[in-house]
Amino acid sequence: MAEIRLRNVNKRFGGVQVINDVSLDIADGEFCVFVGPSGCGKSTLLRMVAGLEEITTGELDIGGKRVTRLPPSARGVAMVFQSYALYPHMTVYDNMAFGLQLARTGKPDIDARVRRAADILALGPLLQRLPKELSGGQRQRVAIGRAIVRSPGVFLFDEPLSNLDAALRVQTRIEIAKLHASLRASMIYVTHDQVEAMTLADRIVLLNAGEAMRRDGSIAQVGRPLDLYHRPANLFVAGFIGSPGMNVLPATLAGATPERAELVLRDGTRASARVDATTLPADATVTLGIRPEHVGLAPADGTSALAGRASHVEQLGEASYLYLETPARDGFLTVRQGGDTGVAPGDAVAVTLPEAHCHVFGPDGRAVPRHLTAGPTGRPGSAGVH
Amino acid sequence: MRRVLPRLGLYGLASLIVLYSVFPFYYAIVSSLKTGQQLFDPGLIPPQIQFDNYAAVLGQGVFLLDLFNSVVVAVVVVAVSLGVGVTAAYALGRVRFRGRKLLLLSVLGVSMFPQVAVLSGLFELIRALGLYNSLPGLMLAYLIFTLPFTVWVLTTFMRELPKELEEAAIMDGATPWVIVRRVFLPLLWPALVTTGLLAFIGAWNEFLYALTFTLSPEQRTVPVAIALLSGASQHELPWGPIMAASVVVTVPVVALVLVFQRRIVSGLTAGAVKG
Amino acid sequence: MAAVPVACTQDRAPAPPTLAESRVRAAWLFLAPLVVLMVLVAGWPLCRTLWFSLTDADLKDLGAARFVGLDNYTGEFGVLRDPDWWRAVGNTLLFAGVSVAIETLLGLVVALVLDADFPGRSVVRAAVLVPWAIPTVVSAKMWAWMLNDQFGVINHVLMTTHLISQPLAWVADPSLALGSVIAVDVWKATPFMALLILAALQMLPTDCYEAARVDGIHPVTVFVRVTLPLIRPALMVAVIFRALDALRVFDLVYVLTSNSRDTMSMSIYARQQLVDFQQVGLGSAAATVLFGTVALCTALAITLGRVRLEGAAG
Repeated sequence: MAEIRLRNVNKRFGGVQVINDVSLDIADGEFCVFVGPSGCGKSTLLRMVAGLEEITTGELDIGGKRVTRLPPSARGVAMVFQSYALYPHMTVYDNMAFGLQLARTGKPDIDARVRRAADILALGPLLQRLPKELSGGQRQRVAIGRAIVRSPGVFLFDEPLSNLDAALRVQTRIEIAKLHASLRASMIYVTHDQVEAMTLADRIVLLNAGEAMRRDGSIAQVGRPLDLYHRPANLFVAGFIGSPGMNVLPATLAGATPERAELVLRDGTRASARVDATTLPADATVTLGIRPEHVGLAPADGTSALAGRASHVEQLGEASYLYLETPARDGFLTVRQGGDTGVAPGDAVAVTLPEAHCHVFGPDGRAVPRHLTAGPTGRPGSAGVH
Repeated sequence: MRRVLPRLGLYGLASLIVLYSVFPFYYAIVSSLKTGQQLFDPGLIPPQIQFDNYAAVLGQGVFLLDLFNSVVVAVVVVAVSLGVGVTAAYALGRVRFRGRKLLLLSVLGVSMFPQVAVLSGLFELIRALGLYNSLPGLMLAYLIFTLPFTVWVLTTFMRELPKELEEAAIMDGATPWVIVRRVFLPLLWPALVTTGLLAFIGAWNEFLYALTFTLSPEQRTVPVAIALLSGASQHELPWGPIMAASVVVTVPVVALVLVFQRRIVSGLTAGAVKG
Repeated sequence: MAAVPVACTQDRAPAPPTLAESRVRAAWLFLAPLVVLMVLVAGWPLCRTLWFSLTDADLKDLGAARFVGLDNYTGEFGVLRDPDWWRAVGNTLLFAGVSVAIETLLGLVVALVLDADFPGRSVVRAAVLVPWAIPTVVSAKMWAWMLNDQFGVINHVLMTTHLISQPLAWVADPSLALGSVIAVDVWKATPFMALLILAALQMLPTDCYEAARVDGIHPVTVFVRVTLPLIRPALMVAVIFRALDALRVFDLVYVLTSNSRDTMSMSIYARQQLVDFQQVGLGSAAATVLFGTVALCTALAITLGRVRLEGAAG
């Protein structure tokens, strides 16, 4: 009942385009995350849904009602701010009750709602405290409680975890996920942290910034988290989702069948990918992309592997990152390996690029369709490097 | 040695500053406690403390009345200025609208302009309203300087409140009036105290309008009463009572200022540096 | 309502105000009392003063005023042809220039002392606030007593230290009176200057000072090359505020030296014409010229001094 529908929504500040032509449907009960680089307007888009920023052109419906010009309080939405924005002079109880009082809700009803929210968030013993007497995590929970008491159809979160320390961030992230599961309300969540995006979202909306936003519109890609991971629509999405970022190698298209594309890397190494690149002209300049976790170490006798030299090695315990210098690209090729690889800086290392995990991007940066027959998490069939 | 000399210089300078700042007031107090011939002996410590001058000043009922007038005028003017100023400062500090800059400039302009420039127009207005030689007339006149000052300073304080707090209130369904009254006002108390205090001092000290718009001794404020205090003959001013009256008028203000030092300084700089 | 089809009312109903629209509406409502009061006590009287300056209005009967054009300005008895007026202009400019210059220098010294870290600093700061807190009329009377030619403590001290051989009439002597007025103003206004400069000093970043100290640069060089340029904007604002204040000086001069021609300021001249001589037209003309002078100075200061209004208006 609280589905959100944006149609050709634009935002300009003066003459400056901030949001370019966003059309988006968010289903009732869906957890949608807006993510993107700084300056992409993700917070602005959220604030437009909230009603704190005017929509320059376009329409917004919430729960089937046209709300484009309605003030925030008439939209049935509640918002949790980055700085929590608790009223410093009011107790926790009053912070949560304030909106209800303004809506002229009856006293017993207010009391019941505040106490229920306090139960959900374990705020019971803190109700008579002032915000300054609370820890960061507690303040965060009060901010969420203030949203809950109004039983809105839509919750809006503006980077709510960015002021918490790392441990608390993980804990609160899980609490928000549980809250979503129990409340079944629609939620829009803005973050710059892709881990939050990947873990919380039913769907991710990745936004473009700058020139790409003006050229292609604000939305870079919308999809389930693993869609964005496995089928990034273009180089920008490929680079943004996943950490460390995807390796990209300049290549030339040597041959294409509907099943497979043959590529030649800059240093002459041949590689293949399970993609359908038949729409691209022969000899097209393309980009081969492969995530660090999918690069394989070639066997010791690896005759047809991509040659490189370890420049730097990072040991994380459960994994190691190798940074390889290779003639196939400028900068480093990043390789993620489980456990300790025993590779030391300066060692010659040969790697394989499994064809099932290779992405190919055309000259315009758009992805070529992949075949994921083995399933997104399936084992690579065979080494793609010949 | 090279470290000690600058230190000594600093202390010397600091003592000089304290002496220079405080001595005239100290001397006024000393003089107010001397009577008769003692007054004409410029000793820095009164040979004996006598309150005859205070008795003389406060004994005339009219000075006490003037003191009361000053308090009433200043309190009313401050209350009106703060009341009008808070909502105006919210509008000027936190809402974007056409004409805001012009309005701010006019507020600043009025606070700068010489009070004598409106003297004849104000005189006419006050007489037309039947407020000549009355406290309400003075209150009306004083708004010309307390109001722009209050609005200006409160606007700078208003802008410093976090934006998200206001937005949270908007999401909670608060109207601008509710935001001012229930969210911002409780947070602005320190600023109101500061601004009110400075406006109070301004009204307490005002002289030109009080001199021009009042006639009878019963309607005067204390600055006029002190300025016009005269003795038996024209050439012999009653210095003892004048000093006593000065001390009476000044002690409360100095005490207030010293108690609220930090707030005063922040208010002064908010009013000026942001200009 | 019930009789009207719902669809129809929805079509015809004006769009409800958006958040921004209702905020702007509320803003004007909030500003209404301010605007009304400002027009009443400032705008209207200012316009009337301008009008009176073009008439032969008399204080006893303002209603009988007759339009006389620019007679009050340039006529035979006009302000601009009155040597007393030009004398008042000269006095005021001299007073403003000299007192503000001294106050700036002294204020800088006091601010630097207050910025230094030493025990007892708070005592000095409290002491500095005392002159600022004392009503102008009171400080004028206090100083008048100290400067008294027969019994004043200042003459007494100067006599006993043999700096002067006979008592000076500080306030009555035409050659000393304006100097005395300036001295009292400096005493009273230096704290204001010092506090504004101190606020600017305390906002300066400390790292460049530490860098300069590590590099062994002489403190005086640091002050001239680093501190002064950094506090220049705040200093300018303080100077402008004080200068505008000094240009309209009234109470101090009036109480210290009364209507003496040697010290008469523009404000005193205007009030004297207006109230004492009852010549509202002439007094209004003088007030208008003063207003113009101050307005011009303000405009110049805002544009030339690049005083940024963004602090409150951006």
